[in-house]
Amino acid sequence: MGGNFRWKLISLVVLLGLSIYALYPTVRYYSLSPAQREALPEEQLTKLRGNALNLGLDLQGGMHLVLELDRTGLTDAEVPDAMDRAIQILRNRVDRFGVAEPTIQPQGEDRILVELPGLLDRDRAINLIGQTALLEFKLVKPEAEAKRVLERLDRALARTGAIDEADSDFVGAQPLLTLMPFWPEMPFGGGGFFMESDVAEVQRMLSSVRVDSILPIDTQLIWGKTTESYQGYVGRVLYVTDQRAQMDGSGIANAVRRIGLDATRPNAAGVSMTLNAAGTRQFRRVTAQNVNRNLAIVLDDRVASAPNIRERIPTGRAQITGSFTDQEARDLAIVLQAGALPAPINIIQEMTVGPSLGADSIRQGTRAALVAIGLVVVFMLVWYRASGIVAIIALTLNMLFIFAALAGMRGTLTLPGIAGMVLTVGMAVDANVLIFERIREELLTGKKVRSSIEAGYARAFTAILDSNVTTLISSGVLWWIATGPIQGFATTLFIGILANLYTAVLITRMIFDVVTGNRTMEKLSI
Amino acid sequence: MFTIFADTHINFMSKRRLFYGVSIAAILIGVVSIIAHGGLRMGIDFAGGRLIELRLSERLSVQEVRSLAGQAGFPTAEIQAVRESNDVLIRIPLDPADETQGVSVSDRLRTAITSQHPGLTAELLREESIGAKIGGEIARQAFWAILISLGLLLIYIGFRFEPRFALGAVIAVAHDVFFILAYFSIFNKEITMPVVAALLTVAGYSINDTIVVFDRVREQLVRLRREPFERVLDISINQTLSRTIITGTTTLLASLSLAIWGGEVIHDFAVAMSVGIIVGTYSSIFVATALALELRHAAEAKAKA
Repeated sequence: MGGNFRWKLISLVVLLGLSIYALYPTVRYYSLSPAQREALPEEQLTKLRGNALNLGLDLQGGMHLVLELDRTGLTDAEVPDAMDRAIQILRNRVDRFGVAEPTIQPQGEDRILVELPGLLDRDRAINLIGQTALLEFKLVKPEAEAKRVLERLDRALARTGAIDEADSDFVGAQPLLTLMPFWPEMPFGGGGFFMESDVAEVQRMLSSVRVDSILPIDTQLIWGKTTESYQGYVGRVLYVTDQRAQMDGSGIANAVRRIGLDATRPNAAGVSMTLNAAGTRQFRRVTAQNVNRNLAIVLDDRVASAPNIRERIPTGRAQITGSFTDQEARDLAIVLQAGALPAPINIIQEMTVGPSLGADSIRQGTRAALVAIGLVVVFMLVWYRASGIVAIIALTLNMLFIFAALAGMRGTLTLPGIAGMVLTVGMAVDANVLIFERIREELLTGKKVRSSIEAGYARAFTAILDSNVTTLISSGVLWWIATGPIQGFATTLFIGILANLYTAVLITRMIFDVVTGNRTMEKLSI
Repeated sequence: MFTIFADTHINFMSKRRLFYGVSIAAILIGVVSIIAHGGLRMGIDFAGGRLIELRLSERLSVQEVRSLAGQAGFPTAEIQAVRESNDVLIRIPLDPADETQGVSVSDRLRTAITSQHPGLTAELLREESIGAKIGGEIARQAFWAILISLGLLLIYIGFRFEPRFALGAVIAVAHDVFFILAYFSIFNKEITMPVVAALLTVAGYSINDTIVVFDRVREQLVRLRREPFERVLDISINQTLSRTIITGTTTLLASLSLAIWGGEVIHDFAVAMSVGIIVGTYSSIFVATALALELRHAAEAKAKA
């Protein structure tokens, strides 16, 4: 036991100190009761949580999304900063949504990773993130003109025989018009009213022909966003509007949810928008020139509402009403204010874990880990007696170092991460098994205890090194391809193996040296 | 001293042809199974699709849930009951139109279930959806990861041992990986990302096991220079046998604990690990070491000729 031993001891003390330092915030944070957390000053709590080991989305519940920006509609000039703008806008939306520590970052050239830990309302988040929120104001065609457009479309559909005879109750000269219960009356102004049950059929008909070539110039058909009812009939309106937008959402300075914007529905929620200077000017011009016409407020190619312009509006205030729930109005205000995404996004990967499953995973993962550790400990004690204790000390330190390294690297503990630790428990003893079996062999040849230990460590080392390096290689490759929770598995496995080389080889040797150092031991409990 | 395998003298190498037969038979069964199933059954991670797990307050039969899913507009839904719980897993092909109708897929399913069974609650435990394109990318990546890691292992072992040892070891690992895939095919289980993680971990573990034997061979080749190669291999395997069994046991205890008590989410991963540990232990003796012997024989035959 010379200088070598001293250095080992110093390294152990330093590593233990670092581990305790790295783990202190974690232990403190998770041992606080919710009430105690409330009591802490906000800044201190944020700092504590930031330094504590994070639980992965699969353990605390939450949402992992990969979005793809659909750049097909963009011009070459728009492409370069479309991603940055999309990320900025998503960040604005998510910040207002109130998620603690969201992650929003680019992945590759057209993908965005969004992680919302602890989120409970999946549908709301999808709605908030997924919508483009492209707001446009388009004039609805006057009733007479809309009527002519629908008739023209009807004739075209009849000619092409677009209607599927087997599929429809109405086979005749007027496939489209017969589906409108009030035709030729138009209860909603410049648009056709269809029964909700027929909407799918109408959409199918429209997609069977090239609507663009049938419609007159600067004319577009846009469905209403929500259902309307008229004389007891529930249905949806297909608006006939200009193709050209009078203005878009870039003129909005501020948007808030308001109750009672619509006099006919005093309890309904809507969104009230304040326009900026340019928006106000535009809106004033549009309203002045089109008094008595209907202005469709089009959100992502659906008409949210189409109010009548009664007079010129100079104030720069506009509002969207419709059948929104309170929550929907709130979220619409958020997305309108955050701005429209530069291009539509598609959700190409989603992983949402509800809080119950997360709690289950923590419980089951912990149970499996405890059982596994218990079994391995018992096995090692039965097999190696007192030397088994040495291996168990090494194992305990190994676990401590894994947790400390994860916490120190601001890492995340996931369920596969726990699995990685459990497997590390099983595999980490290998190094000690190799050494102990070797020591036994040496003892059998009649060597003394001290020299058997010495030879055991020396001879087992190459096998330990080579076998650990190969496991490092395969877990490294896994870390490289994996994302999310599985990456957590690779991380814990990797750290576990590194820690294992230290604990199972150096630390156990130290213990043997201490135990056998001061006296001549005749027998070794192994 | 607690020992079971001390001082064994089993002639492993003389029985190697028997075990070649076993391995080849297992591989053939796997190939037949994979062909019969029309390829490996890919989970949504790779094939794309939607997976929804619901927790029901009362147990409903799989048929019942299937017909309710049909009523909700998902006639092709695959339903699976989760063991020891009322949870159900519902797999539906991904249709972008599903989410644009205003009501989410999981809500439509939950409504269909609760409206037919008043008083029953259906809680969303998890929902995963993956587009076919990104799924294909992930599958390709996983495939390359396995090949690259086999390649790196080949290089490392070739560098640390003789090349023919490396070849034997890597063929043994490929054997293990294929065996797990075959096991999943025979029991019609899905290959998912966690299963691929298990494949890579098994690759590391199995190589690990092989290396311990090879390390002893490397040492004994120097000591027992006059002994035939085959005997050196047998002696080395016997000397490391108790370590092989002990480490296999502790690792298997850990992975079986995960499979039995770790819950649904990591069950398949843990099963793949457990199968892999057993096969990996077998293959390090009967495939890796035996192949090293065959390669040596082939080299000797060539040298004579």
